Amino acid sequence: MRNFLAVYSKEMRSYFVSPVAYVIAGVFLFLSGYLFRNILMQFNMLCLQLGQRAQQMGGQMPALNLNEMVVVQFFAVMDFIWLLIVPMLTMRLYAEEKKTGTIELLMTSPISSVEVLLGKFFACFSLYSIIVSLTMVYFVILEAYGSPDWGPIFSGYLGYLFLGATFISVGILASALTENQIVAVLLSFGILLLFWLIDWSASFAGPTAAKILQYMSFIEHLEDFQRGVIDSKDVVFYLSFSFFCLFLTTRVVESRRWRR
Amino acid sequence: MIEVNELSKSYGEVVAVEGVSFNVKKGTILGFLGPNGAGKTTTMRMLTCYLPPSGGSAKVAGYDVVEESMEVRRRIGYLPEQPPLYLDMTVRSYLRFVARIKGVTSSQLNGRIDDTMEKTGIAHHQNTVISHLSKGYKQRVGLAQALVHNPEVLVLDEPTVGLDPKQIIEIREVIKGLGGQHTVILSTHILPEVSMTCEQIIIINNGRIAGEGTPESLMAQLKEGEVLRADIGGPSDAVNALIRGVEGVIDVSREGDVERGVYLVTSVPGSDVRDALAREVIGGGYTLRELRSLDMTLEDIFLRLTTEEVKA
Repeated sequence: MRNFLAVYSKEMRSYFVSPVAYVIAGVFLFLSGYLFRNILMQFNMLCLQLGQRAQQMGGQMPALNLNEMVVVQFFAVMDFIWLLIVPMLTMRLYAEEKKTGTIELLMTSPISSVEVLLGKFFACFSLYSIIVSLTMVYFVILEAYGSPDWGPIFSGYLGYLFLGATFISVGILASALTENQIVAVLLSFGILLLFWLIDWSASFAGPTAAKILQYMSFIEHLEDFQRGVIDSKDVVFYLSFSFFCLFLTTRVVESRRWRR
Repeated sequence: MIEVNELSKSYGEVVAVEGVSFNVKKGTILGFLGPNGAGKTTTMRMLTCYLPPSGGSAKVAGYDVVEESMEVRRRIGYLPEQPPLYLDMTVRSYLRFVARIKGVTSSQLNGRIDDTMEKTGIAHHQNTVISHLSKGYKQRVGLAQALVHNPEVLVLDEPTVGLDPKQIIEIREVIKGLGGQHTVILSTHILPEVSMTCEQIIIINNGRIAGEGTPESLMAQLKEGEVLRADIGGPSDAVNALIRGVEGVIDVSREGDVERGVYLVTSVPGSDVRDALAREVIGGGYTLRELRSLDMTLEDIFLRLTTEEVKA
């Protein structure tokens, strides 16, 4: 626990003393704010148009669902942005230690590779959670002018935590495989995009294969959360995917010890 | 304190270290001498549990480096060739992090950090970000990192490389001060460094031990004869023949320009042919400008040991 905390606080410090955390959070929040504004404006225009039409035709204005028109829309574009952001957060975690030789310090200290890994993972996960939770401001603003249903919003954010853990695990694995940060980023993009789009090929596969491919898709499991459904099958998928990647990472890091 | 038995390491087909055995007693400073790529770093990495040996075994403080790696790692301080520094941390926070993962208890933490900074002379830079330090200070922080948990054994891989002469002397003084309480292994390819700081020397070449002992015993062991340097004026063929005529002389060679008349005279070990040689030269009507005996330097031993295989 002591060792875990030492690594965790070192990694957190390293995110916040360098411009990395601020730049990523800044760029990301600017982009997401821009997207949210546009989605909101679009919704606004639609309301006006429908209202005018209802007046001219003298009928009732159709009820518009704020969650469906704004919240789900917003989540749909955000999903992809996480895929772009997370590899930037994870790329340096192992690659930099390997490049600068500090991995030699960690490997010759009385600290297990699992403690190092968990320290790094949770530091990255904390930063990710901070950035994610900052976007909740948009929904607070929404609440001021409308009445969104908070249930699906919360479950959507819960989904983002699981999604983030999975992305981070993939990113850490990629970072452990190389000492070049660019390679680490590209590798994690590759893996994440593949699993993002894997259900596409389900349409051309046989029934069993299609089911498997669909189950493997990151996005498939996220949709449940964003509809307000917390299903154990989705939770299990994300958690087991994360565990598997983290397990592989410890194997990669320790391989130096058993490669005789 | 350190027992190494037939230690070997190969990377695929390439053999880096082969059958290395040695013992180091508690409190000794051992110097690892060898040309670049001789296997010094690989041996040190095996002792510090960074690399597993391909064969043989090594024990540090009574613990096996493979089976009881955690116990070994608790007792060892290691400064790799490239100091393992987190450049974005301050000196103090970096040492704090290292001390924590090395298992220093919270109550001792600040005391250990202050002590170590004092010892390595970096206390006045404790709040400086490491990337802003000069190379010499970075090296000191690296040394401090190895010392912070007060380990029984210190392994220092080329601790003075890349420093200026003044810094080298300072670092050597620090290392010398560590002997006695700590067992130190240091590697270098700078020869005077070893004779200045170490009590025991191991010369390593092509992954094998080529020589072992104290600086004095190594010299005695390898001395093939006494060497004189004589500066004699006169026709070289005649002088050459004259020197060879002196009793006890084994070999004569020339140093530098042939015209300058400097001869290197090797004679039987333990003999002193200076008097006889001087008499012969004067008696033959030549001029004797200089005559002195040469001590074999560590450089000579080193070169002899590390070039042997090429000769054979």
